Amino acid sequence: MSSVCSLVLTMALAGTAAAADLRVCADPDNLPYSNRQQQGFENKLSDLVGRDLGRPVRTLWIPQRGPFFKALQQGACDVVMGVPSGFPSALTTEPYYRSSYVFASRKQRHLNLRSFDDPRLKNLRIGLQVVAENDGDVPPAQALARRGLMRNISWYRLTPDYFAASRTPRLLQGVERGDVDVAIVWGPMAGFFAKTTGAGLELTPVSPQAEGLIPFAFDISMAVRPGNTRLQAELNSMLHRRRTEIRRLLDQYGVPQVNGSAARQTAANR
Amino acid sequence: MRTRIQVSFAVPFGLAALLAAGCARQPQVVNAQSSTSVPGIAPGIHLASALPNGDWEMPSGDYANTRFSTLNQINTGNVKNLKVVSSMATGIPHGHEGGPLVVNNTMYIVTPYPNDLIAIDLKSPNGPIKWKFQPFPDPRAQGIACCDVVNRGAAYADGKIVYNTLDDHTVAVDANTGKEVWRATVGDMNTGETVTSAPLIVKNHVIVGDSGGELGVRGKVIALDLKTGKEVWRAYSTGPDNEVLIGPNFHPFYKKDQGKDLGVSSWTTDQWKLGGGTQWGWISYDPELNLIFYGTGNPGVWNADQRPGDNKWSCTIFARDPDSGQAKWAFQINPHDDRDYDEIMENVVVDMEWGGRMRKLLLHASRNGFMLVLDRETGELLSAQKFETSTNWASGYDLKTGLPQEDPSKKTHEGKMTHGICPSSTGAKEYVPTSFSPRTGLLYIPAHNTCMDYGGVRAGYIAGTPYLGASVKMYPGPGGFQGEFIAWDVKNAKPVWSIKEPVLPVYSGVLSTAGDVVFYGTMDGYFRAVDARKGNILWQYKTSSGIVGNPMTYIGPDGKQYVAIYSGVGGWMGAVDFPSISADDDYAALGVVGAMKQIKNYTSPGGTVYVFGL
Repeated sequence: MSSVCSLVLTMALAGTAAAADLRVCADPDNLPYSNRQQQGFENKLSDLVGRDLGRPVRTLWIPQRGPFFKALQQGACDVVMGVPSGFPSALTTEPYYRSSYVFASRKQRHLNLRSFDDPRLKNLRIGLQVVAENDGDVPPAQALARRGLMRNISWYRLTPDYFAASRTPRLLQGVERGDVDVAIVWGPMAGFFAKTTGAGLELTPVSPQAEGLIPFAFDISMAVRPGNTRLQAELNSMLHRRRTEIRRLLDQYGVPQVNGSAARQTAANR
Repeated sequence: MRTRIQVSFAVPFGLAALLAAGCARQPQVVNAQSSTSVPGIAPGIHLASALPNGDWEMPSGDYANTRFSTLNQINTGNVKNLKVVSSMATGIPHGHEGGPLVVNNTMYIVTPYPNDLIAIDLKSPNGPIKWKFQPFPDPRAQGIACCDVVNRGAAYADGKIVYNTLDDHTVAVDANTGKEVWRATVGDMNTGETVTSAPLIVKNHVIVGDSGGELGVRGKVIALDLKTGKEVWRAYSTGPDNEVLIGPNFHPFYKKDQGKDLGVSSWTTDQWKLGGGTQWGWISYDPELNLIFYGTGNPGVWNADQRPGDNKWSCTIFARDPDSGQAKWAFQINPHDDRDYDEIMENVVVDMEWGGRMRKLLLHASRNGFMLVLDRETGELLSAQKFETSTNWASGYDLKTGLPQEDPSKKTHEGKMTHGICPSSTGAKEYVPTSFSPRTGLLYIPAHNTCMDYGGVRAGYIAGTPYLGASVKMYPGPGGFQGEFIAWDVKNAKPVWSIKEPVLPVYSGVLSTAGDVVFYGTMDGYFRAVDARKGNILWQYKTSSGIVGNPMTYIGPDGKQYVAIYSGVGGWMGAVDFPSISADDDYAALGVVGAMKQIKNYTSPGGTVYVFGL
């Protein structure tokens, strides 16, 4: 009798110990974040989360052009590695980094641009990305529109090729070639490009970090399904425990990190 | 019955009219293929193109887009006896827009993605299907289409059924055998382009427009050779004149539309390359003037602050020569659109007495809430009156300049909330087409009374890049109704009667007939017959799902008149009914959820083709 009881108990414990897979939704082709070859920093981060929580990681590959966040909401996966804190229709963790849009120009130009108010911008050709999906636009376009600089902008589609094998940052190649004088690009994308192929680029975070309701710097968190507060809490303590490793990982990928108040962007995410 | 019906009469009727309408007309079989003569046509009205009175060979039934049929076996006296004679499930839980064709006793149905073409032998309408053609479109197209994976139908000519597939192809299929004759690539999915519209066949040209204005597509209309599918001409909606097919014959009426390369100079730098202006609605044709007419969609990017200028030729009506594609005139309805008022709606071709003389008119029930009447020879705006009274973004149009008189407090800016803009981006009327009866002189408008708050900022994160979207929240407009079926007196530019829907917009096309019956569907699934003159509901039938398709009518092999309609909710507003869309987020589905929350209580998706007869 007691042996049967202990067997059942052992099985039950084993059931708990052999923890359920942690299902991660990730883009199969979107460096520096993730790809199918596990080369992105979000790939490495999922491994770290899995190790820390003792749960095997299983990745569901969904292009972000596809039903990425719907998959999270509908329970096809448990966690998405990087979204702006307070992202609608998801429950987000504490931020684990904060990055900013950056000015990217050729080092040899010594522009050292810092602010949207820099008067030199009036005489520069400025490259910007267009997201288009859901009619979105990149925040720097707002800052330039307010300053009457729309005529200085050259537009590049963020994903010029919907189904391409890789998303080459054509905008940054345009800077290297001199098609535009400066590009204003989301930090992690610019940082990775500068680190890997674009050694001649100078990256400087834009300022201000926000203007009215428009943020140019964003806190980035992990996201879980609304209501999954338990996983949210587990991830929050993991992020605290592993903060040094995470910072090192981001540095390896050249993610420009900025300090700033998380409260600034909440208005935008509401 | 869940829907409460409110019928309001804007104009009291005289005794004579009531008496006249009370007399049942004798049924009359007319079995010719088409006709321009309409028994009982109102004085001072002339039609430039033939009307269907047996088969239904093109998306609108006729080139003029009147969607009027001369059939009158089914009339005000006997429509109450209408019964289902056939119903067929398509098995596809997406929006069933458009309607079937009937040619030579065969009915042709195009389904939403995967865009199957189904032929039904009407000699045995409940029997096995005659054949099914499956084009197997690229499944990735589903992830690109903005507003459900819909298709708005086919056109027949020269023994071929021609239609478009979501993955940017036009296919011609042998109407007898169901074998593919040719297949042409008409767009590039890589740029976000899809095709949802129905083609129009004019002489030897198949004319096709595209979708994807939300994704920075450069909109265009192209013509293919009917025999081979080879491209004959291509007219972009933005860019230099030679690519918009603007040449020496281009004579826009208003100064605002005159000038060289406005498709470039009315944008900042190279933004016109992502400028939208797609054409996913209806094309009409006037054989007497040899002109086609169509409207273009919204400009890209959505945020108007970032594209200073008029953004030509978005939200514009074009008149073009169908042989060469060359533009004759253009009229931009919404310069520098900042509310997503696509103007891809149908342009009804009708000649009417106007200001004491016969004029060639173009009727455009605009997304922006105004009933526009233009001279279709010149593009002059003759009248612009609100057909949905809540419309408040402009007080009217200046007929001298052709410009809207806008209320500056209803302009939108990103990062600044503008409240109570009417209509919402879904329009006072969507792509769902009107019908014009030459017997009553009335245009029957399926309308929405939906308003919106626009312009707060909402952060998104696509492909690892934070972006901003204008947050748009839509909700029913004032007056306690959201849908309205309006009978509009064209000549006097005012409504005569309307039928109001308290909860849901009217999102179906309209059919009017020589039996003085008008047919339309409701989003909660009622298929209705209304007295064309009086506006009272004569008959209705609850179909299995919400109706977003267009009714049509034909003569069956037995010489009797039938009426057909798709039931199957979906489309931009209807997609809120899908299990995958949460009704909890007012800003979801480009903001329409706020207006459409209740739809889940009324209907569920699932396509069925209904045929009704006496």
